[in-house]
Amino acid sequence: MSEEKTLNAADIEELAGDVAAEATEVAGAAEDSATEALDAAKQEADNVVDGVFAEAGDAAEVAASALEEAPEQSAAEMFPSAESAAKKLSYGSPKKAKNLARGNAIAGFLFVLPFIIGFLLFLVYPLGMSVRMAFSKVSATSNGLTYTWVGAFNANANFYKIFRVETDFLEALVEELKRMALFVPGILVFSFFMATLLNQEFKGRTAVRAIYFLPVILASGVFLGVEANNPLITNMKDLVKANNSAADITKTLEDILLTGETGNKFFQYVIDIVGQVYDIAMASGIQIIVFLSGLQTIPPSMYEAAKMEGCTAWESFWKITFPLIGSMILVNVVYTLVDFFTRTDSKLMTLINDTLLIRFEYGKVAAMSWTYFLIVAAFLGLVFAIFSRRVYYYD
Amino acid sequence: MTRAEKRQAFWERNRKSGGYLLKKKIGQWLFSLGRAILIFGLCFLILQPLLQKLCVSFMAEIDLYDNTITSVPRHFSTISFGNAWRQFKGIKTFIRSLWLAVGVAGLQMLSCTLVGYGFARFKFPLKKFLFGCVILMLIVPPTTIITPLYLYFGNFDIFGIIGAITGTHKGLNLQGLAIPYLLMCATCAGYKAGLYIYMMRQHFRNEPKELEEAAYVDGCGRLRTFFQILLPGARPMMVSCFLFAFVWQWTDQIYTRVFFPTAKWDLVSTKLLNIGNLFDGENKAKYGVAYVTPQAYMNQVMATGTLIALVPLLVIYIVAQRSFVESISQSGIKG
Repeated sequence: MSEEKTLNAADIEELAGDVAAEATEVAGAAEDSATEALDAAKQEADNVVDGVFAEAGDAAEVAASALEEAPEQSAAEMFPSAESAAKKLSYGSPKKAKNLARGNAIAGFLFVLPFIIGFLLFLVYPLGMSVRMAFSKVSATSNGLTYTWVGAFNANANFYKIFRVETDFLEALVEELKRMALFVPGILVFSFFMATLLNQEFKGRTAVRAIYFLPVILASGVFLGVEANNPLITNMKDLVKANNSAADITKTLEDILLTGETGNKFFQYVIDIVGQVYDIAMASGIQIIVFLSGLQTIPPSMYEAAKMEGCTAWESFWKITFPLIGSMILVNVVYTLVDFFTRTDSKLMTLINDTLLIRFEYGKVAAMSWTYFLIVAAFLGLVFAIFSRRVYYYD
Repeated sequence: MTRAEKRQAFWERNRKSGGYLLKKKIGQWLFSLGRAILIFGLCFLILQPLLQKLCVSFMAEIDLYDNTITSVPRHFSTISFGNAWRQFKGIKTFIRSLWLAVGVAGLQMLSCTLVGYGFARFKFPLKKFLFGCVILMLIVPPTTIITPLYLYFGNFDIFGIIGAITGTHKGLNLQGLAIPYLLMCATCAGYKAGLYIYMMRQHFRNEPKELEEAAYVDGCGRLRTFFQILLPGARPMMVSCFLFAFVWQWTDQIYTRVFFPTAKWDLVSTKLLNIGNLFDGENKAKYGVAYVTPQAYMNQVMATGTLIALVPLLVIYIVAQRSFVESISQSGIKG
């Protein structure tokens, strides 16, 4: 049958579209139809649908006229046949399906094209250059930069220098990783907790939400730099802290909890997180938004249905909220890691910036950033390997 | 029903339920109280530095040296606003920064929406590999590529095409112009573009497939489906992307320092970063080279400058906050 068709895929799609569109129109005016008319029309429509499939050429007209003749057709009766006909027509022959797939691939490429260009021109190329710098001694001359190959392991090499000769890079790197182990889980838990809290109904919710997202602005770029460089404000914070040391709840709690012998390490970990709550709150603005937007896309009808079935709030959290927010958790883990690694106020970034902007040691900067970058990549690879299979997409 | 009647009805119901109602009410009330305390405390935690800056900025110079004054100024003064405003070189700096941020954010939003949709809904060869590249782009620290990028734009050429057209066999020198960075934004290579792609892709992936299928069945082409069916639903996410891009461009110091050097560009972010030194320089010009601006006085200008630079962001934030968060639940056929 199909090889006799002379129509192309677009026409057939259009035809199928017509059939379905007509059916929808018909559905609107169908409520008060007589049973006899219904049966007749159904018979007719089925014939038409068969006709469409057999001879696609003039089927469109027949279908249209048949549908016009049977306006009392009931929606429930009409819909399945029309829909299945549409399906058959669009994906009827393997050739058409192939054409569709190819069209999709081309469209996909065109949509992604800006990224491919940007990636090649503004990432791959500079990355290649920075690899060259990392393995070279870069010196500035009147003709621009000149590169002398030095390799990776001899005494002149950049990698050798940053790992074996100077200690500050390694020190900053280890400190950074330690902070990461503390911050990333802390930020995730805090932001999820805050998002569930802000998703509830209470007075002044909008204002509170607005305040919680403020860190997105307050803790970004220049503001962070100025804040870090502002001893007066830092001094004031210390002063306030010193005056209130008697009322330091964390410290008192720490004293109580740490007198026992068991579980010291875990308590220490939790207490460290609580002690850093300001930094964590300032770093979790976006994560809260992401979680909150995820929470708001969950249809309330799901919770209602669960409640009708006798689910407690605890159960519906783990069975509805948690799986549906899964993709957001992945986003947030990735974002938190990346944000943590690229933030500008860390010791390591300061070291890299100083080497670049004050000492102009391009080769060393390249070596440092490449080491750092590879560690970040390893971490993210690990996260993806663990999470991406378990994430559930609702569609 | 009067209040007394209501109360009576409540006790009646409580008696019938065997005290359960009262327990539940008290539980609810305690929960709300605990939540209110928690929320208030955390709000204060976030606002504290801002309030502190506000207090400091209204102090007269004499208050700054007084150790007994920590927050509320004893001698009220607005002189530090004038001091800070002069360092920004007036309103022109702000307008320039605004245009730049709008351009950057708009380009990033548009390109990342297209790319995010492409990744979310089409099957094409190398898709997984290309998405891996998005993640790669996201995690490369800007410092790794910033020096090569700078050098590259000093002699910009795409496979020798531009050199061949101009006939000089040399690329264009684009250093100090806005074009390089705008070009990067239009091709999804700007600051945190990987994040926006990821966000848009995640959004489109969670959109029901039936939307597009219905459109295709009705005879919509792929482009029209995207622009008419999917874009309206994606608006809240696009607004979020735009706002993030705007804020981060406004406060950016990594790319700005390299692409928009202070010699040619007066931008809010770079001015703010140097505001202490600028103020010191102004004082030196006024009182002679030997004059050293007191640290506390300099810090006050920094605090005030931060506040001034924050104002546009706060305005945008307050205006757009609703579309930022609330409207996300109202998009498409969800809910």
